[in-house]
Amino acid sequence: MSVPILWYLLLAGALFAIGAFGALTRRSGIAVFLSIELMLNAANLTLVAYSRLLGDRTGQMLVFFALAVAAAEAAVGLALFIGIYRLRRTIDVGRMNLMRW
Amino acid sequence: MELAIFVLLAGTALGSAILVVFHRNPVSSTMSLVVTLVATAGLFLMLGSPFLAALQILLYTGAILVLFLFVIMLLNVRRERTIHSRAPGLTWGAAICSAIFAGATMRLFWAAYATAPTPPLDAEAFSLRAVARELFSTYLLPFEIIGLLLLVAVVAASWIAKRPGPGEPGEVP
Repeated sequence: MSVPILWYLLLAGALFAIGAFGALTRRSGIAVFLSIELMLNAANLTLVAYSRLLGDRTGQMLVFFALAVAAAEAAVGLALFIGIYRLRRTIDVGRMNLMRW
Repeated sequence: MELAIFVLLAGTALGSAILVVFHRNPVSSTMSLVVTLVATAGLFLMLGSPFLAALQILLYTGAILVLFLFVIMLLNVRRERTIHSRAPGLTWGAAICSAIFAGATMRLFWAAYATAPTPPLDAEAFSLRAVARELFSTYLLPFEIIGLLLLVAVVAASWIAKRPGPGEPGEVP
């Protein structure tokens, strides 16, 4: 039996919500970052599912570029965490207040 | 058969996603994310894009998450005593917001054309050859720009993460 595309979309929605919850509540900066990667992955799954449904390759191209951008984002973000850790000795997002008034 | 594989992969992805969010040890969180991403790569394969499935495993689990593990070990992040925010109101608010968002998104996805049986896979249009041809013709300029972006990101990352010199903020005494 073939699986309807809707199930993939629902799974992506659930994954995105789980990632959003983690990104909003986790305290460790690394864990927030991991949750954001989870959300990104869910968005990619949606794009591929719609690409399959509509028989259009554009979704796959978008996912390809999203993966490349995710690699750049991870490199810069983790470098920022290393820099913050050098300065503050913590990556607890609750204690990063450099740009708070 | 296909349904069984889907349920298996989806269950793995969901379960390990929950572990990512609720595990205290950041290394275990990262390994759970690896499981989620590999399961998603399997779903990509089922959706007829083996190229993206391979890329997902090579790039995400092979490069990005190894970078995460390196940074976690470099920073020697301790287990968090309380994994979530100190304010319980924030946790509940985030849970409610996520649930509302999930409900709204799923309602949005619930269209008639998505519940209909999937059209047969157009093997010609989704073949690796066709994808590569489109990538290097229609999307050639974005492809080159992505290469430039990655170069810039690598240079920026190595500059940001370098050991600060004497007199600069963050100097290790």
